[in-house]
Amino acid sequence: MSTISAPFRPQSSVRQTPTAGENYVNAAYGTRSWLLTTDHKRIALLYLVSVSSMFIIGGLAATLIRLNLLTPNGAFMTADTYNKTFTAHGIIMVFYFLVPVIPSVLGNFLLPLMIGARDLAFPRLNLASWYIYMVGAAMILWVIFSGGIDTGWTFYTPFSSKASHTDVIPAMIAIAIAGFSSIFTGLNFIVTVHYLRAPGMTWFRLPLFVWSLYATSLILLLATPVLTVALFLVAVERIFGIGIFDPALGGDPVLFQHLFWFYSHPAVYIMVLPAMGIVSEVITCFARKNIFGYPFVVAASLGIAVVGFLVWAHHMFVAGQSVYAALVFSLLSYCVAIPSAIKVFNWTATLYRGSISFRTPMLYILGFIGLFTLGGLTGLFLAALGLNVHVHDTYFIIAHFHFIMVGGTVMAYMGGLHYWWPKITGKLYPESWGRISALLIFFGFLLTFLPQFVLGYLGMPRRYFAYPPEFQVLNVLSTAGASILAVGYALPLTYLIWSLRYGPDAGPNPWEATGLEWQTPSPPPTHNFAEIPVVDCGPYEYSGEEVPDHGH
Amino acid sequence: MATDHAPATWHHFDDLEHQQQTTLFGMWAFLATEVLIFGGMFTAYTVYRMQYSAAFEAASRHLNLWIGGINTLVLLTSSLTMVLAVHAARHGQRRATTTQLLLTAALGSVFLALKAVEYYLDYRDNLVPLYAFDPAEWSALNVRPQHVELFLIFYYCLTGLHAVHLIIGIAVVLVLAVFAHRDYFTKEFHSPVEAWGLYWHFIDVVWVFLLPLLYLIGSRAIVG
Ligand SMILES: [Cu+2]
Repeated sequence: MSTISAPFRPQSSVRQTPTAGENYVNAAYGTRSWLLTTDHKRIALLYLVSVSSMFIIGGLAATLIRLNLLTPNGAFMTADTYNKTFTAHGIIMVFYFLVPVIPSVLGNFLLPLMIGARDLAFPRLNLASWYIYMVGAAMILWVIFSGGIDTGWTFYTPFSSKASHTDVIPAMIAIAIAGFSSIFTGLNFIVTVHYLRAPGMTWFRLPLFVWSLYATSLILLLATPVLTVALFLVAVERIFGIGIFDPALGGDPVLFQHLFWFYSHPAVYIMVLPAMGIVSEVITCFARKNIFGYPFVVAASLGIAVVGFLVWAHHMFVAGQSVYAALVFSLLSYCVAIPSAIKVFNWTATLYRGSISFRTPMLYILGFIGLFTLGGLTGLFLAALGLNVHVHDTYFIIAHFHFIMVGGTVMAYMGGLHYWWPKITGKLYPESWGRISALLIFFGFLLTFLPQFVLGYLGMPRRYFAYPPEFQVLNVLSTAGASILAVGYALPLTYLIWSLRYGPDAGPNPWEATGLEWQTPSPPPTHNFAEIPVVDCGPYEYSGEEVPDHGH
Repeated sequence: MATDHAPATWHHFDDLEHQQQTTLFGMWAFLATEVLIFGGMFTAYTVYRMQYSAAFEAASRHLNLWIGGINTLVLLTSSLTMVLAVHAARHGQRRATTTQLLLTAALGSVFLALKAVEYYLDYRDNLVPLYAFDPAEWSALNVRPQHVELFLIFYYCLTGLHAVHLIIGIAVVLVLAVFAHRDYFTKEFHSPVEAWGLYWHFIDVVWVFLLPLLYLIGSRAIVG
């Protein structure tokens, strides 16, 4: 290892200029050319298809859950099926959608473009991580459809290690496999950012989306293996009956929770950090302003990645850990809110006196800021030791983390998908439909999850199959919201696919944005840039002129 | 020296040197993940080692320190041959690279063979929970058999995980030896040898932690 950070290098080799109109999509045809591709843009599309399919399956499970909760004793499922359904929902959404979605789809597509590189550092490893993901996904679907598991996505011991009679081990193997896919993606991103930046692309000229992917990759690399270990030890206990986590045999079930949350708390930041990166990109573009306090936003990303590793035991305030440990973890959990708040303040300050246009991506991102702030503030409630005991394992928690993961990550992902859709496909989607979908999702989301805060505060426990009749009104409201949400998600699925064929051509830079990814044709050519760009300014040099209108 | 055997630079690198540095950095990043895999296991082990120190020390005394010790020597020597292989590859010495890689793989295999013998001896000595284990033996020593089983399961998991890494390492080193023999590596291009050299040393370092954690926690007379 001679150097840690790469010196910039002169561009040596001259590439063949591609024929006009040739891009990564039409450069080669046939299934083979997709399944054996090493082009990061094609791999991103492979991920887009697989991750969206998992989202649909996880969403169907959510629909079933919400429908069943319409009546106090379960509308149509047995308690056992209900347990398996929410487990399927949790596992699919967390490990197969939320964790990979932004890094593997948008990150994969954009990271090399944004730093002026021709590909990720290890293109074959990138393809391999998609295949690894697919093996994990196929396996988990097989487990779910061949009978399901009932442990919840958290696999708490000793239920998962002793009591459950479902296919726990195959499910854990599937999740561990998907974990390796994450690890390889993270590794690829870190190396790429260190070594493949274009000349002049210094660390403090990196777009904030790249910084957030970098911080995310650190977590992917350092947290995921611990989850693998935790699941491995549960599997060993199940197979050999040695009481690793069984108190009757000397084991400690809380140790599992420590190992599990050492991954799964930082996993929240795996989901939300890249989302924050998207927010910075979109907000600067549609407010036509440079980001307020670039170094603070960068420091906040890294701060979240580091401090996020030190708060895991706030999930265990009632699990019997020492009061002093709980005190420290409570304090640290407050601390981790600071960098997130810094970001929200920076975004708000960026909006101040900007010339704002409320285009579809911007609507999603403004939705993100509102919902994420609410999710973050309720997170502060939960970090308080006393209140945590009151609402522990209730719908208050469910509402809180759905605000972060759906209101935060999914909103930002949708915003990012709309923002870069013209770059990815070369086509524009119908703007008015985009705005309708953003609003439907925002209000549908609020109607789904605000009642759950109340339910949780009144004492409705999470994961329960039945509830007292006085909770029915709020549950019906929540289910009504969920149906609006479902329509909101179905819309983009329809018009985005429609736009592939009927959308007007986008041109290289429909938003007149400043990032490097906009300086190349849409869709980009296979090698991204005809000539590697030389960077001489920061990523958000907006002049203040409005975003151009594309005739609607 | 047939430099024309060196593979072409991938299109997204400036030159071979750039590509090599990137490869090495990638291996370092991968080893960071590996540290956390073993780190998670070590943490779990340490929790119980603190909680049940008497049982863990008693069980540790029953492990075969001779084989553990000899294996340590074998593995450390293999790191030496690996370094020599990297050195030879850097200087474009085809024969020396091949020989040292083969020696490295051979020493790794000796380690595995000795480890297999050791597992067999453990089995003979009733140190395998479920299959060959005598609770009464441990109750007589005033420690709870379940706690001894905990120690043993960690012993097998940790050494097993280490062995899996070593098996992968040996396979890769053998492949590298074939490539080296075919004059694939040059003064300008040898990053695969260097990168997997890092991996090999990592396996070695893990063992350096495993030996004291598993074999040396209970004080005992040198000739057990
Ligand atoms: Cu947490």
